[in-house]
Amino acid sequence: MSDAAWKNPVVKWIDYRLPIFTMMKHSAIDYPTPRNLNYWWNFGSLAGIVLVIMIATGIFLAMNYTPHVNLAFDSVERIMRDVNYGWLLRYAHMNGASMFFILVYIHIFRGMYYGSYKAPRELLWIIGVMILLAMMATAFVGYVLPWGQMSFWGATVITNLFSVVPFFGDAIVQWLWGGFSVDNPTLNRFFSLHYLLPFVIFGLVFLHLWALHTHKSNNPTGVDIQGDKDTIPFHPYYTIKDLFGLGVFFIFYLGFTFFAPNFFGEPENYIQADPLVTPAAIVPEWYFLPFYAILRAVPDNFVDVYGWLPVLIEAKTAGVILMFASIILLCFLPWLDGSKVRSAKYRPTTMFLFWIFLADCFVLGYVGAQPAEGTMLTVGRIATFWYFFHLLILVPWVSRRETTKPVPESISASVTGS
Amino acid sequence: MSDAATTHQGHADDETKRDFLLVSTVTVSAVGAALAAWPFIDTMNPSKDVLALASTELNLSAIEEGQAITAVWRGKPIYIRHRTAAEIDAAKDVKLADLKDPETDADRVQKAPWLVMIGICTHLGCLPQGQRSGEPKGEFNGWFCPCHGSHYDTSGRIRKGPAPKNLAVPPYTFLSDTTIRIG
Amino acid sequence: MKKTLITALAAALLVSFGVSNVMAAGAGKEPPKRTWTTQGPFGKFDRAQLKRGWQVYSEVCAACHSINQIYYRNLVEIGFSDAEMKEIAAAAEIPAEPNEDGETHKDGERIMRPGKPFDKVKTPFPNDNAARAANGGALPPDLTLMVKARHGGADYVHALLAGYSNAPSGVEMQDGMSYNEYFPGAQLAMAAPLAEDGVEYADGTKATVSQMAEDVTAFLIWTAEPELEDRKRMGIKVLLFLIVLTGMLYAVKRKIWADLH
Repeated sequence: MSDAAWKNPVVKWIDYRLPIFTMMKHSAIDYPTPRNLNYWWNFGSLAGIVLVIMIATGIFLAMNYTPHVNLAFDSVERIMRDVNYGWLLRYAHMNGASMFFILVYIHIFRGMYYGSYKAPRELLWIIGVMILLAMMATAFVGYVLPWGQMSFWGATVITNLFSVVPFFGDAIVQWLWGGFSVDNPTLNRFFSLHYLLPFVIFGLVFLHLWALHTHKSNNPTGVDIQGDKDTIPFHPYYTIKDLFGLGVFFIFYLGFTFFAPNFFGEPENYIQADPLVTPAAIVPEWYFLPFYAILRAVPDNFVDVYGWLPVLIEAKTAGVILMFASIILLCFLPWLDGSKVRSAKYRPTTMFLFWIFLADCFVLGYVGAQPAEGTMLTVGRIATFWYFFHLLILVPWVSRRETTKPVPESISASVTGS
Repeated sequence: MSDAATTHQGHADDETKRDFLLVSTVTVSAVGAALAAWPFIDTMNPSKDVLALASTELNLSAIEEGQAITAVWRGKPIYIRHRTAAEIDAAKDVKLADLKDPETDADRVQKAPWLVMIGICTHLGCLPQGQRSGEPKGEFNGWFCPCHGSHYDTSGRIRKGPAPKNLAVPPYTFLSDTTIRIG
Repeated sequence: MKKTLITALAAALLVSFGVSNVMAAGAGKEPPKRTWTTQGPFGKFDRAQLKRGWQVYSEVCAACHSINQIYYRNLVEIGFSDAEMKEIAAAAEIPAEPNEDGETHKDGERIMRPGKPFDKVKTPFPNDNAARAANGGALPPDLTLMVKARHGGADYVHALLAGYSNAPSGVEMQDGMSYNEYFPGAQLAMAAPLAEDGVEYADGTKATVSQMAEDVTAFLIWTAEPELEDRKRMGIKVLLFLIVLTGMLYAVKRKIWADLH
């Protein structure tokens, strides 16, 4: 039922039957938003726009791409050379993927810092983690499509990981491959999945926004919205702020696309896949590096430290479990964190630990790009240990014991006070 | 002027400034959006490799008088017949009033011995017979479409049957006496 | 806020540093940085140089290396006229399509025809096995993307071509291998391909090894990134437009938020 009195007769006719205009007015125009949001709140809408850009560029790339092992690499080169604006679509799609992860990682860290995952936003947070997983799956199968050396060998390494599943492991890997190694059936199905998953992400984003709108946005103080004094309508304040943020972001994104399109990539992937030649170093794309470090961190004699304990769990299996756990664990953050105060602004110890955790993630990323040996391996192990130590021990312990600073009375009080 | 009036005037100025800024920003954004949309539209236009095959060059010297060859241009069959003097005369002698699609032979060829046409029947798209010896040429000694019985004469014009138009003539140029470029 | 940005910047630099240092063990010597007409936001091709580079490729490299993404019709992009391009294409013998009787061979020999603009540049070998057989088991890689497929890019390719030297004492050379400090592992199957005056340049330039290395590398920059000029030109326009638009959006943002404070 339409709340507003729509003046335009066409709008009125449509809205009476399908209240899309009322919905838009409610959700994007009148929608009450905390008045004190800072620019760290821009990254959600930016990620949403990049998702649309990825789907648009992807659809047009798919008009010219051929998912067959003998033709894929050449079809991508044809896009780069012969298809009108093909190079632009390809580079925009390639760099868009990196941008998507940069934005989402910042968005996640924003959530962690300001306690946006705390009640009543636990499901919002968990849906977000699901979006991250779907993005990682999409990026993984997508990277295989150009059929370069890294495409092929990255796919080989990661699909092989599923062999750790007890009893069914090898059957699962063969099922994933559709054969006895990564080959044409694998490439073909990865193309199908790569086209499908972004729409799954789209659906998850819809749920994510629905959950968000239920209890509205968090804000830098972490204090709940108490009344109209605390909020402003989304339009025009945050529409224009988001548009400005979009402008800044496009300068960054298109700067790379036009002037350094291969900055985030790996030269080895400009060599056609060769199952008989393994590259000197198999490295995933940068956004997977922290998880790659965790995967390779487990010592061989993980449980068998004394030489006589039964090897309950192989290093490879432990690595896979830890890698997935590092993401799944995030779902439990709302319960691991027992603080009554949301925002790290008023939680000095938590804030300090947050920066260490952030630095730890960067260290993991750096380690992920290095060969897993020597000092780097030790560093990786310490960093992996710290990651889990932070989430499983420090956060639960500190959050329930730390002395917090006094929290503002209300959002409006914090704004007028400052 | 009183303070209230000055302020009021000040606000009005501000509003005009804000309006101009808003209007110009919206305009620039709209232009940007249109410029951004263009690559997505143009990418569907024929690509460079397709355009590279947009014209075909053919050497005609191997085709003897009375012989015909079928070439391909933009995926379509091209019928080229090296006409005999008798065929040329027969084509010229036809009265325009007898033709369903009136066209003189002179309008359909650049050099009389060489007839270049798109070999697709103008009725429903079959390939007419008459290119190879032994194939039926129809009652007018040109081409015969077996699908629904259209007869074409030695100039490729429809003379009998359901086809509405003469066999189409593609754009072509003689690069020399013996080579043509189609398209 | 400032702390965040400094941390983020430091970390980003760290990661990019780490990512680019993958070549740990066995990496070749770091190639010296050179200037290329294509570098920087205003980079352009020097078409005279590209034509010389094509000459080096076709007279020296094409004996073993293919550039299988390049068509003869692409050569008009480096400064050849339509007629010159067709002449270059026609000078090459391409395996002919099956004739009317379905034959591809005559008297045991492959039937050939002159090249056309829509043909890919002729490959030296019909397949990888033939390439290996002719090169002592080693496969000369395709060169189209070489500049993008190696760390160091054009600097690396040039350093490799101009950087052959005698093996230092103590280094045991494998059979048939040549010493080159820029190649990972320092030994490669390709002997020094360029020799002084190896090519007689059509434009009269003196064909020193360094000149030929530079010209053929510039040519390979083009084969890898033929869209480079268009891309950078468009990039300048796009970025200038965005800077203006973002400035305007900021002004509107400030105006709209002004009445809140």
